[in-house]
Amino acid sequence: MALDRRAVVAELLRDPADAPGGEMLVVTGLGSSTYDAGAAGDRPENFYLWGAMGGAAMIGLGLAIAQPARRVLVITGDGEALMGMGALSTIAAKRLPNLAVVVLDNAQFGETGHQASHTGLGTDLAAVAAGCGWANTCTVTAWEDIPALRARVRQEAVFAVVKISAAEVPRFLPIRDGTRLTARFRDALGLPVD
Amino acid sequence: MTEQSWQDGVYAALKAAGVAQIGYVPDAGHARLIERAHADNDMTAVVLTTEEEGIALSAGAWLGGQRSALLMQSSGVGNCINMLSLPINCRMPFFTIITMRGEWGEFNPWQVPMGSATEAVLKAAGVHVRRADRADEVVDMVAASAKFAFDSCIPVAVLLSQRLIGAKVWVK
Repeated sequence: MALDRRAVVAELLRDPADAPGGEMLVVTGLGSSTYDAGAAGDRPENFYLWGAMGGAAMIGLGLAIAQPARRVLVITGDGEALMGMGALSTIAAKRLPNLAVVVLDNAQFGETGHQASHTGLGTDLAAVAAGCGWANTCTVTAWEDIPALRARVRQEAVFAVVKISAAEVPRFLPIRDGTRLTARFRDALGLPVD
Repeated sequence: MTEQSWQDGVYAALKAAGVAQIGYVPDAGHARLIERAHADNDMTAVVLTTEEEGIALSAGAWLGGQRSALLMQSSGVGNCINMLSLPINCRMPFFTIITMRGEWGEFNPWQVPMGSATEAVLKAAGVHVRRADRADEVVDMVAASAKFAFDSCIPVAVLLSQRLIGAKVWVK
């Protein structure tokens, strides 16, 4: 049975301060991934995208370069990841140790009416990432493997696809003001906001 | 001023502005900057598959406390438009240097539509645009424009005209 997205994200983000280097830095892709991370517990180190589709993983790259002592986790959906598929090559080429990407894959464009996405029509994103040069990739389909994935994203540059249920979950809408998201994120890192 | 000397001046201006990450889609006009970025241990150079990746890279750098610049050709501006909503909406700085094609002795007609639209498209998307036509103005323009972008937290583009960088020479 496909996994519940909220439960998966809640487990991946459980105790985010216990990551090596301190609070894990999290970037979420446009759409349901943003809602999932917010529902797991809003925190200033979550940067939620409400637009800029296809950009989540590259934001993670810039952040991981700038903050080499921190763990960076990008959580996004299959549609968002497909739009920025070239970023998988760009990121793999840099071979950063502190950036992990998790794609919540329901094979649908959920936000726009559940149209079938390419991952249900033949595209295997974990295979794409491996082909782009990611040394560590996996596809997770069983709940028993989620705690292990939680550990891996804190230690490895892993690209993981998690097969999730396409069932509707309750709406949870986190902060969507970009200036506020940016300011509180930088503030949490001790960076000037003005 | 020789081409290499103003390009080295531009690189020095980026360093002086505190730029620590450079994303780029290669262009002959940026070749010297790309070479300098890769040779510099204090700079992270990131080769991109498409230009909008560089906008997201810049946003991530800013969130993490670093400054980033994007190097691209005018044809790449068309790939960037929706992603510009990221720095604009988040009030982040964004700085790009764009080599122009399709405007001065251009041989390839496919460069003309985007080259002709570059400045208007950037302005329509909310980017502040500066344009350098002469070698003796380019270094100052990059220095001032980078300061403008990073200190005022706004998107700024410097266009390097095709007359400045030289039309690509094609031989049949």
